[in-house]
Amino acid sequence: MAPTAADNAFVEFDRVQKSYDGETLVVKDLNLSMPRGEFLTMLGPSGSGKTTCLMMLAGFETATHGDIRIGGTSINHIPPHKRGIGMVFQNYALFPHMTVAENLAFPLEVRKLGKSEREAKVQRALDMVQMGKFGGRRPAQLSGGQQQRIALARALVFEPELVLMDEPLGALDKQLREHMQFEITRIAHNLGITTVYVTHDQTEALTMSDRVAVFDDGRIQQLAPPDELYEAPQNSFVAQFIGENNTLTGVIKSIDGGRCAVQLDSGEVIDAMPVNVSKPGERTKVSIRPERVEINKSRLSPDAHTLKAEVLEFIYMGDIFRTRLRVAGREDFIVKTRNAPDQVRLQPGTTIEIGWLPEDCRALDA
Amino acid sequence: MALPIYASTTQRVWHYSYLTICGLIFFFLIAPILVIIPLSFNAQNFFTFTPEMLRFDPAGYSLKHYNDFFTNSDWQLAMKNSLKIAPVATLISVSLGTLAAIGLSQSHVPGRRAIMATLISPMIVPLIISATGMYFFYSNPYIPIPFYGKLYLPFTLTGEYWGVVLAHAALGIPFVIITVTATLVGFDKSLTRASAMMGAGPVRTFFRVQMPLIMPGVISGALFAFITSFDEVVVVLFVGSAQNKTLPWQMFIGLREQISPTILAAATILITVSVILLLVVELLRRRSERLRGMSPG
Repeated sequence: MAPTAADNAFVEFDRVQKSYDGETLVVKDLNLSMPRGEFLTMLGPSGSGKTTCLMMLAGFETATHGDIRIGGTSINHIPPHKRGIGMVFQNYALFPHMTVAENLAFPLEVRKLGKSEREAKVQRALDMVQMGKFGGRRPAQLSGGQQQRIALARALVFEPELVLMDEPLGALDKQLREHMQFEITRIAHNLGITTVYVTHDQTEALTMSDRVAVFDDGRIQQLAPPDELYEAPQNSFVAQFIGENNTLTGVIKSIDGGRCAVQLDSGEVIDAMPVNVSKPGERTKVSIRPERVEINKSRLSPDAHTLKAEVLEFIYMGDIFRTRLRVAGREDFIVKTRNAPDQVRLQPGTTIEIGWLPEDCRALDA
Repeated sequence: MALPIYASTTQRVWHYSYLTICGLIFFFLIAPILVIIPLSFNAQNFFTFTPEMLRFDPAGYSLKHYNDFFTNSDWQLAMKNSLKIAPVATLISVSLGTLAAIGLSQSHVPGRRAIMATLISPMIVPLIISATGMYFFYSNPYIPIPFYGKLYLPFTLTGEYWGVVLAHAALGIPFVIITVTATLVGFDKSLTRASAMMGAGPVRTFFRVQMPLIMPGVISGALFAFITSFDEVVVVLFVGSAQNKTLPWQMFIGLREQISPTILAAATILITVSVILLLVVELLRRRSERLRGMSPG
C-alpha cells in the first residue's frame, strides 16, 4: 500500500477496523497520522474505541482490517515485546516483588546493558521524575502519586521514541492530577518523544495535548488542537462532549454564506453560523458556550436577535457567577459571567434579554 | 471473637454453645492423632496405655520402637524409598500443574472447564479406581491409534520406581492446579503486559514476573503433592513392588503381618515431618508476601 499521509508521519493508522466478535465493529475506519514529537490525546466516552486503538498500537489486540505503521513500517506482525514502545498503565503495573530501581532496570536488563550503564540510566530517570532517593523502596511503600512517577520513569528509561499512556492519572486526587499533567507534558516535550495519551477527562485532554482526537462510536469525530476543538466543534457530539454547552433545537429557516437563521422549536428566530448544515428546512442543534452569552443588551449590535430569558437560579462560584435561565422553553440554559467589579448579580424571578455574536452560535447536526 | 456488651441472653447462650461445638470438632479431629504420640514411647509391645504409663512412671516409656524403626532393614528401605519417590513426584506435579494452571487461567482456551475437571479427577475419583486403572495401564502401556489399534510400548511401569513416581505425580497434580489457580485469580494481568512492553519475551516474563508472584501457590501445591506421595498407600500397593515399597506400604503390611508398635513410631515421625513442612512453608509464604509488599506484617 502506498503511503497515504505526509512524509513526516511517525505513527499511522490506515483504514483500521477492529471487531471482537466478527459482527460489530468497535473501531470503524480509523485514519490517523502523527508527526514525530507530537502529544496526541485520544478522548472519548467509555466504549468509544479509544482504548482498543491504544491496545492495537501496543500489540495486545490485532487490527481486524487495515494497517498500523510506526516510522513507515507496518507493525501488524510484530509482537508487543519487539515493538520498543514505552507504556504507562492505568494501575501503574509496577512489579511488586522488585524494588523501584529493579523495576526501572528491568527493560535495560532485557536490552543487555552493562551494570554501570544500567545504574546510571536508572538514576537519571528517577531524577527526572524527582524520585532520585526512592530507588531502594518497594512499590507498596510508595503513595499513588509516587507510584505514578515511577511508572512514568520506567516507561521512559529505555528511551523509546513512542510512549503510550492509558488513563495514567485516573486514580489520583485532583490537585496531584493537575500537577502530574504539567509534569508529563514537560517531560514529554523536553525529551521530544511522541506520546499517545488516552483519557476520558476532557480537561486533561485540553490542557496536555498538541492535538486531541475525539472518539465516539468507533470513529474519530474531530481531530484538532484543543482551542479549535473547544471553540469550533465540527458536530454536535463534540460540542456536547467538550466543555459545558447550551443546546437549542430548531429548523434552518434561511442560509446565506457564513450566516443562517434558525427558527427554534419555541418559535423564536436566532442568528447562527452554519457548521454542518446545508439547506433550509433541515433540523439543527444550535450550540452556545455559557461564557459567550451576553446579558448586557447595550453590548450587542442593534440588529442582533435576542431572546427573552427568565432567571431561575443564581450560583456564586467565586471567580465566576453561574446563572440558570429559562430560554426558549428549556430550563437548563446556563450563563457564566466573570466576577468583575461592574458585574450584575441576576436575581431569580427577573426577566432579561440575552444575545450573542452569531459566530459564537454554531448550527450543528441534529 | 468477644461478645459485644449489648448481647442478649439468647446470643450469650448461643455464643458459648458455638465455642463448645467448635472445641468438640477440633477434639474429634485431632485426638486420634495425638493419642498415637505418647503410645509410640510405650516400653511394652502393646498398642494400649500400660498402668506404668498412666502413672507417668519413667519405666513405662522407652525409645525402643524408634530404635527398631531406625535399625530394622525393612523400615529403612521403606523410608529411603519414600524419600526417593516423593521429591521427584512433587517436582513433576509442580512443573506440570503450574503450567496447566497458567494455561487454563487464560480465557481463550477452548473447553478449559472440561480440561480442568479431567486434570482434577484423580482427587475426586475413588483412589482404588485410579489405582486399578493405573495398574492395568502401567503393566502394559500402549498408545491407541485410530484405524491401527494399540501401539504397545516396549516397557512396563508396574513394579518400577518410575511407575510409582508417575502415579504419585498424577495424584499430586490436582493439588498444584487448585492452589496455583487460586493464586492466579489475584494476579494482575497488566503486569505481564507491562513486562512485554519493556521488551521481555514470554519466557523471561514467566520466570521474572509471573513465577515470583505466584510462588506462594506453587509452594503450597508442592507441599500437598509431597504429602500425598509420602502418605499414599493404595496406589503404591497396586503399582509398586516390595523393592520400592514406601513407608505407608510398610505400615500397612506391618499392621497385617507383625503387629508391632514400631508403626506408632513411624506414624509419629510422619506426623512430625508433615507439621515441620507445614510450618516451613507457611513461614516461606509469609516472607514472600512481605517481600512483594502485599501484607504489612
